[in-house]
Amino acid sequence: MTDTRSRKTIDTEPILDVKNLTVTYHTDRGPIYTVRNVSLQIAAGEIYGLVGESGSGKSTLARAIVRYLADNGEIKSGSVKLGGTDLLALPMSKMQQVWGSRITMVHQDPAAAVNPSITIGEQIAEIARLHLHLSSAEAKAKAVEMLKKMRMPDPESVAKRYPHQLSGGMLQRVVIAIALTTNPQLLIMDEPTTSLDVTTEAAILDLVRELLAEYKMAVLFITHNLGVVANICNRVGVMYAGEILEEGTVQQVFRSKLHPYTRGLLGCLPKITNDKRNVSLTAIPGYIPRMNQLPTGCIFSPRCSMVEDECKAVRPSLLEAEAGHFTACRRWEILQSKPELLMDSQHARDFSKHEEGPVVLSASNIKKHFSVSAGGFASLFKRGRVKIKAVDGVSLGVRGGFTLGIVGESGCGKTTLSRCIAGLEEATSGEIELEGELIPYSVSKRTPAQRKSIQMVFQNPDASLNPHYTIGESVARPLVLMGLSKKEIQERVRQLFNAVNLPEDYINRLPHELSGGEKQRIAIARALAAEPTLILCDEPLSSLDVSVQAALINLLIKLQDTHKISYLFISHDLAAVRYISDWIAVMYLGRICEIGSAEDVFMPPYHPYTEALLSAIPIPDPDVRQERIRLEGSVPSAINLPSGCRFHNRCPRKIGRICEEQEPPWQDVSEHHHICCHITLDELRTLQSEVIVRQADSPGEVR
Amino acid sequence: MAICVQNNQEYIHSKLFNIWRGIRRNTLTVIGFFIVIIFLLTALVGPLFVPYHYAEQNIAKRLQPPSAEHIFGTDEFGRDVFSRVVVGSRNVCVVAGSGAALAVFIGLILGLVSGYWGGLLDDLLMRLMEVMMAIPGLLLAMLVLFSLGSSFFSVILVVGFMYIPVVTRVVRSVVLDIKTRAFVEAAKLRGESIPYILLREILPNVLPHLAVEGSMRFVYAIFMVASLGFLGLGVQPPAPDWGFMVSEARPFFSVAPWVLFFPAASIAILVVGVSFVSDGLRRMLLPGGVSSDRY
Amino acid sequence: MIAYILRRIGSIFVIMFFASIIIFAITQFLPGDVAQLVLGQFATEEAIANLREEFGLNNPFYVQYLDWAVNFIKGDWGNSLVNRMPIFPMVMSRLRNSAMLAVVVLMIYVPLGILLGVLAALKRDKLPDQMITTVSMVFVALPVFVSSLLLIPFFCHYLGWLPANSSIHPDSTFGEALPYLILPAIAVALNSIGYVARMTRAGTIDVLRTDYVRAAYLKGLPRWQVLFRHVLRNALLPTVTIVAMDAGMMIGGMLVAEVVFGYPGLGRLLLYAMQNQDLPLIQACSMVAVTMLCLANLVADLLYGFLNPRIRVK
Ligand SMILES: Nc1ncnc2c1ncn2[C@@H]1O[C@H](COP(=O)(O)OP(=O)(O)OP(=O)(O)O)[C@@H](O)[C@H]1O
Ligand code: SF4
Ligand code: SF4
Ligand SMILES: [Mg+2]
Repeated sequence: MTDTRSRKTIDTEPILDVKNLTVTYHTDRGPIYTVRNVSLQIAAGEIYGLVGESGSGKSTLARAIVRYLADNGEIKSGSVKLGGTDLLALPMSKMQQVWGSRITMVHQDPAAAVNPSITIGEQIAEIARLHLHLSSAEAKAKAVEMLKKMRMPDPESVAKRYPHQLSGGMLQRVVIAIALTTNPQLLIMDEPTTSLDVTTEAAILDLVRELLAEYKMAVLFITHNLGVVANICNRVGVMYAGEILEEGTVQQVFRSKLHPYTRGLLGCLPKITNDKRNVSLTAIPGYIPRMNQLPTGCIFSPRCSMVEDECKAVRPSLLEAEAGHFTACRRWEILQSKPELLMDSQHARDFSKHEEGPVVLSASNIKKHFSVSAGGFASLFKRGRVKIKAVDGVSLGVRGGFTLGIVGESGCGKTTLSRCIAGLEEATSGEIELEGELIPYSVSKRTPAQRKSIQMVFQNPDASLNPHYTIGESVARPLVLMGLSKKEIQERVRQLFNAVNLPEDYINRLPHELSGGEKQRIAIARALAAEPTLILCDEPLSSLDVSVQAALINLLIKLQDTHKISYLFISHDLAAVRYISDWIAVMYLGRICEIGSAEDVFMPPYHPYTEALLSAIPIPDPDVRQERIRLEGSVPSAINLPSGCRFHNRCPRKIGRICEEQEPPWQDVSEHHHICCHITLDELRTLQSEVIVRQADSPGEVR
Repeated sequence: MAICVQNNQEYIHSKLFNIWRGIRRNTLTVIGFFIVIIFLLTALVGPLFVPYHYAEQNIAKRLQPPSAEHIFGTDEFGRDVFSRVVVGSRNVCVVAGSGAALAVFIGLILGLVSGYWGGLLDDLLMRLMEVMMAIPGLLLAMLVLFSLGSSFFSVILVVGFMYIPVVTRVVRSVVLDIKTRAFVEAAKLRGESIPYILLREILPNVLPHLAVEGSMRFVYAIFMVASLGFLGLGVQPPAPDWGFMVSEARPFFSVAPWVLFFPAASIAILVVGVSFVSDGLRRMLLPGGVSSDRY
Repeated sequence: MIAYILRRIGSIFVIMFFASIIIFAITQFLPGDVAQLVLGQFATEEAIANLREEFGLNNPFYVQYLDWAVNFIKGDWGNSLVNRMPIFPMVMSRLRNSAMLAVVVLMIYVPLGILLGVLAALKRDKLPDQMITTVSMVFVALPVFVSSLLLIPFFCHYLGWLPANSSIHPDSTFGEALPYLILPAIAVALNSIGYVARMTRAGTIDVLRTDYVRAAYLKGLPRWQVLFRHVLRNALLPTVTIVAMDAGMMIGGMLVAEVVFGYPGLGRLLLYAMQNQDLPLIQACSMVAVTMLCLANLVADLLYGFLNPRIRVK
């Protein structure tokens, strides 16, 4: 496959010109071609988004461009030109001069990307001295200037601080400051916002957008989040198993979606306006192929529902479907003529409308205060300990067969709350009632029947299964405890495997032989084995790829339907929560600030915090308009809680002293919707006259 | 559980196979492995086959160089050095081995308990360990052995206690990591008993670390036992002790170097052999974990 | 930071308090009766009983302990039972000697250990690394009395550079003592080099893998600058702690080495005291050794806190 794309789509000469780049890793099992024949051009002032699921080779491509591959990596062929210089031809010593001056990089985890024992200012000054040849005084001034550009409050003092004194969002600004100091030609950002909260992410994306308008460099923006791409990029390349399958402007790609994979990815994403009652998600069947076992012909063919015999014979190369819009699908014309194709399975779901079920679980005024050891002998006494109020008076109820979603930024106490309900953490005070019956705080004090009723699915699939037992054993163990006979157990395990759509012959596998999504299915099967009434799902999707997420969400909904289970679904992904939940609670710093039925919470009036969260979600649709409400700073620590309303020091709608001094009252919008704020509901209604997320009128949009 | 037994064995099989492959790929470990085997065999059956009794004196034949009759020569009392080295190996291996085993066993229990329960108990135990570590090991050993008298068992006890804090800390840190894993929490949720959680869920994940740490402790225990022997605090004469043999032979070094050479070389070879095995274990059981080198 | 320092100091005092109880308790079991020892074999029962009373040996354990502890803190350590000399100056002079030896040991193994460790980390899994890790592994647990058997013939008999025997006068100056210190120092250092090298290697490899080192390279910094400015500063933190504690252990006496080379340090004094059942001297030597180790622990903690901005600046 050679580069078939003409240059004419890019007005100016591209700054970065990658041609037919192929990269391999040498492993015990022979070479693995992780990036194959990839070409891309980025012009000055352009933000090129590279999206793809994990393992698709995005980072490898980026590292090959800067020639900083792992030791076992090798660039096999192709060329990389930066402003006319052939980077692959440079000796390493010359390449070192390119790093930091002509190319800079921003990585995913800002806390890891800065040296913990050097001050912020010095880390910026260092690169200024090296490449701008400034004296140390000038470099210091430059550092402060860069921090000021990043809209850092009090840049002089920030420059003197150490990384551990700053929050994740602030650190990412520092890393961006370092990357922009030398005004490079190419800036590579590899998942720069993935480890941040939505509100912080939105602020960083705003900042990046504004700065890039000023700096006019070429930007390669790598992410797995289609919403972020739609939000910030000009052009986008969709990468799959080491190749680019579709490329074009953001509008082109998101409107016409000329590759089945792109359609699949978008179909996997729950939309903020949808819920499980009106649409189901279309998961992509199958898995990303291993790079050393690629199918012949189209690499997407094993998972493509439009596949023909010819697709399997020859690997299609990128074709120009419309000006500047390329796709590697032979049958793109069909896709172009049928914008709904592959996406139209979003039928209304036959979701038996639940009657208001009885309350399964009700928790009232749950508090969990941790007292943390400061180390040393002092911690043997009470005074040597620090108190953290992780959950501070939360009340909620879950009805039978219903889902209660909990959203909030990291550190707001979502996980602690669920662990208190599960009994893994002993609540400090409050009452937990299961089916009308008060149950003990600690799981070890609960009766077997009570224990069975509440099960959990955890965040990290790798840690959910004991590596020493086969997955069959893991699923069977709860059944053994229930005292079933061997035969019954075998039968039930088989049923459970079927229920979570895993082949029965997986029973004897060990966890390390499973993918993340499969492990999570086992975790669900294990929870189901106990025949619970309530399953607590603590961020069960967050470490999984979108296509796997969609399948799991569908599975959870199906199981709810058949088993009439209730879920407590915790996530920071508002769209997923909106999709799966009947009720939603919004949490901030250990308290609930808004709770109500899913539709109501996403409709005005909003609590000011909910409003900010909603306006921050990156939406995978360039035609959606969002109100721009941004929060200052980050979530305060749970050790020193703000007085009055906990949200007051970040609240964009704060009305004055009253917010700082008095706890806000609960106000009932309707029977199903409650907001905790000093602003009266009528005022909120006038302030928030519009829905925050709304569709722009665009004819090409599929909805 | 019936369903899975068969496959589990396969798994163990393949794991053993992996270990074997790893050993073969690694010459030093193999060398160390054979050294340890030879010493252990010597310790086990050697004393049955020695040509002379270890305490049999023959003043007429004192300080004889190695010969066909006395392949390692004789010492200043005319005792056969070879026989004494062979019998001495039993003392070193048994004393150091039992000492290390004691430390591993108690350290495992304390580490499990302190890591799993945490809280005040953990704080207290850890402070206790700090106090124990504030007294230099050799000093503590000498004080105790001088006070209580040195015997086979007191040396084992002293060496064992000396290394309890280290083992405890290693086990505790692993437990702290494992116990927050979701599979442990899931076990609690379904109401498993604490012994089940500790022994069936956590312990299997601690064992690799424990094996590596245990082998390290064995190395240091040999070191300690030999040092105590050298200072005259080991197994009591006339029973042979390598360390004490070295210190006894020092005055005759210039006339009869072999009396000193063979026990000293035995110590050196055993220490090196066990170190090699320990390093091999570390690389096989804790792959990728440079951080574990810290212990 | 001040709170941290105070907390560490407090902790060390508590640890020392308990350690001293342990030491005192064990020494109560030492064979031989103090009064008997003082008065000799032919003393009358009555005289012994009187002396016991005078020494407070009939008091309850905690009274005896408190007496002893208070006297120890006051520096009133009594006289040796064997040679009737005041203990304090005797112990202090030996402590000085052990410290001198420790300084030489540190000067040998700290630079060498760190150098080897960093080298091994940079050449990870290549030949230099394998050689360094193997050799250091061998020396870590080789008792001094064994390794000296290699050193003495080589340095003293073959090369003839250094004296094989270090039994100098206990009051020699550092300059006078230096030639006698080198060989025992090498013997002791061999044990520690491997340990320090291994720690440094592990620390360096961990840091080399971090994102911030990658970021430093991609800033375009030359390799040596990345190494010195970004890697070592963080990688050596654990090594610093280990070295400080090891130093404390050594100042408290390097028993075997002192015996092997006949060097008049604290360790040999302790052995001598034990062989002569000189109870006050045993207690004094032991407590000095414990104090040194605790002080070193404190220094290690403070150094760590000082070098680590996470603790220094809150
Ligand atoms: N050093 C290496 N040796 C062998 N294989 C590697 C190496 N680094 C990455 N790979 C493999 O190369 C493929 C591409 O990895 P890469 O990190 O580039 O993907 P990515 O798209 O950035 O994924 P993510 O979204 O998870 O960051 C994966 O299958 C990965 O396992
Ligand atoms: S080329 Fe064929 S298999 Fe590949 S994406 Fe297009 S239709 Fe599907
Ligand atoms: S009470 Fe005040 S600070 Fe709190 S959310 Fe309402 S307006 Fe904002
Ligand atoms: Mg990546």
